[in-house]
Amino acid sequence: MSRSLLALLLLGLALLAVLLSVRLGSVSLSTPEVLAVFLGRGDPVHRTILLELRLPRSLLGLFVGGGLALAGAVFQALLRNPLAEPYILGISGGAGAGAVLVLALGLASAGSGALPVAAFAGALVAILLVFRVAASADRSMDVRVLLLAGVVVGAFFSAVIALVLSLSEARAVRSAILWMMGSLSGAHWGSVGVVAAYTLPGALVLLALARSLNLMAIGEETASYLGTEVERVKKVAYGVASLITAAGVSMAGIIGFVGLIVPHGIRLLVGSDLRLLLPLSFLAGASFLTLADLAARLLLAPTEIPIGVITAFLGVPLFLVLLRRSMGE
Amino acid sequence: MTFRTRDLVVQYRGTRVPALDGVSMEVPEGSLYTVIGPNGSGKSTLMRAIMGLLPPSRGSVRIQGRETGAWTRKALAQAVGAVPQAEHLAFPLSVRDFVAMGRYPHLGPLRAEGETDRQAVGDAMSRCDVAHLAPRNVTTLSGGELQRVRIARALAQEPRALILDEPTASLDIRHEMSILQLLRESAGQGMTVLLITHHLNLAARFSDRLLLLNRGRVAAEGTVDDVFREETLARVYQWPVEVRADPVTGIPYVTPMQDPG
Repeated sequence: MSRSLLALLLLGLALLAVLLSVRLGSVSLSTPEVLAVFLGRGDPVHRTILLELRLPRSLLGLFVGGGLALAGAVFQALLRNPLAEPYILGISGGAGAGAVLVLALGLASAGSGALPVAAFAGALVAILLVFRVAASADRSMDVRVLLLAGVVVGAFFSAVIALVLSLSEARAVRSAILWMMGSLSGAHWGSVGVVAAYTLPGALVLLALARSLNLMAIGEETASYLGTEVERVKKVAYGVASLITAAGVSMAGIIGFVGLIVPHGIRLLVGSDLRLLLPLSFLAGASFLTLADLAARLLLAPTEIPIGVITAFLGVPLFLVLLRRSMGE
Repeated sequence: MTFRTRDLVVQYRGTRVPALDGVSMEVPEGSLYTVIGPNGSGKSTLMRAIMGLLPPSRGSVRIQGRETGAWTRKALAQAVGAVPQAEHLAFPLSVRDFVAMGRYPHLGPLRAEGETDRQAVGDAMSRCDVAHLAPRNVTTLSGGELQRVRIARALAQEPRALILDEPTASLDIRHEMSILQLLRESAGQGMTVLLITHHLNLAARFSDRLLLLNRGRVAAEGTVDDVFREETLARVYQWPVEVRADPVTGIPYVTPMQDPG
C-alpha cells in the first residue's frame, strides 16, 4: 500500500469514526439529521444531543487517542525500546494517585471538574520527579536512569493509590477504579479545549523533531556526530510527549494499549521513519479510540463498558494479525 | 581540516585515573593518521574528545584551529564524518534511509531532500560498494556490509575529514582491504582521515603517521619507522614481538612471538 493512500485512508477513517460516534447511541440520528444540525437547523433535542454530548465526546476521543498514540511512538523512539508506552515514566501512577486522593477525600465526585485538575497535578508531580532524578544522574537524561526512575516513581504512586483505596469507603473505591480504567463519558467542550490545547501544538513540535528523533534510533553518540543537539531534542521531546499524555489522562483516565499498539501497527505498515510514523499514528490512534468509545457505549447499552477493556479486546487481536503478517513477509 | 590536541587530559566522572593523560598530537590536512594501542589505552576516548562529546579536564582539542567546544554540532557534522565502534539500531531501517541520515547536518530537522542530497547519498553508496543493498533492511546485513554502509553514511555527509573507530574489525581481507584503500584514496584527494585500529601491520602499510597510546599516554608518535620499534611495542602490548621488513611490501611488519612463559 502506498504511503499517501494509507494517510488518506486513515484520514477517512477518522472522519467516519466521528460521524458514526455522533450518529449512534440511545437515540440514533441519520446522517441528514446530523448535517441539519451542523447547518444550524434541525430538531432542538437532536441539537443538544449532538452538540453538547456526542460531538465533544468524539472530539475528546480523537485528541486523547491521537495524543496517546503519538506520545507512545515518541517514547518508543527516545527510550529505544519497543515496549515503551506513554505511561512508562510513571505518569499514569501520578495521575491515578491525584484522582484517587480527591475522590477518597470527598473533594470531588466522578464527573466533577476537580477530578481532572487533581489528576493533571498528580501527573505533573510524577513527571517532575522522574526528570529530576534523571537529570541529576551522571549522564544527563540517560535512558536507563529514566526507565528505572519511571518504574520506581510509578511503583511509589501505586502504593499511594493502594493505601488511599484501602482506607476509603466502597462508593469512592468504585468511582476510583472506574476512573482508572478510563472513560470519555465526562467529555464536555471545556475538556476538549484543554486536551486540544496541549495535544495540537505538542504534536506540531514532535513532528518538527521527527527527523532528529530518527537519528536517535541509531544511538545518541551517532546522532551527535550527525549534527543533532541530542540533549536538547531529548528534553523537549520527553517534556512535550509527557504533557500530551498528562492532559489526556487527566480528562479520560488511564486508557491502556492505544499508546503501545497503534505505533506498532503503523510501524509494521510503513516502517520506522518517524516523519511518517508520527502523523499516521496520530490519525490511527484518534480513529481507534473514537471507535472504541462507540463500542463501549453500544455493546452492553445502557451499561457502559470501561473503554480500556475495549481498547485491549480490539487492540490485542489486531496487533497479533499485523505481527503475523510482518513475520510472513 | 586538521585535528590537534595539546596536553589533553580527559577523566571520566567517578574514576581516579584519567582515560587520556597529557596527549599531544596533530593530524595534518589530507593525511591518514592512525591511532593504535592495547585495549583500554584511550583510543575511543580520544575520538569522543576530538568530536566534543567529552570535555577536556585540561589541555585543548582543536579542529581546524578552533576549540572543539566552540563548534556547533551541525557545523562539526558538516565538516567531520565520525563512525563510532558500535551502533545498535533500535528499529529496522532500509540501507538507503540509513545512508541518507548523513544528510542531516545539511538538511536540518525540516528541509526536504533535494537533488544535491540524493546525489551525495548515491555517490557515497557507490563508493562503498553498497548501492545494490539500498532497499535491504540494515538489521539483515552481514558484518562487512554493515561497516561499509556506516562508512557510506559518513561519506554522505560530504565531510572534509573522517574519524573511524575500528572500521575493519571482524571483516574478511577483501572487505578490510577495500575499506583501507578507500580511506587511502580519500586522503590522497585531500580528506583528513583519523583511523583507530588494532591491525598493526595494515596501519603500518596505509598510514602517513601513527600514534601509539598506552594507558592514556603517548608511547610513540611519528612515521612507521619511529613507532614500530620492537622494544616499544613489546613494552606497550606486554608481549614479545619482532619487527622485520615485509618481504612483499618492504614495510615494517610486526610478528608476535611465543609466550616467554
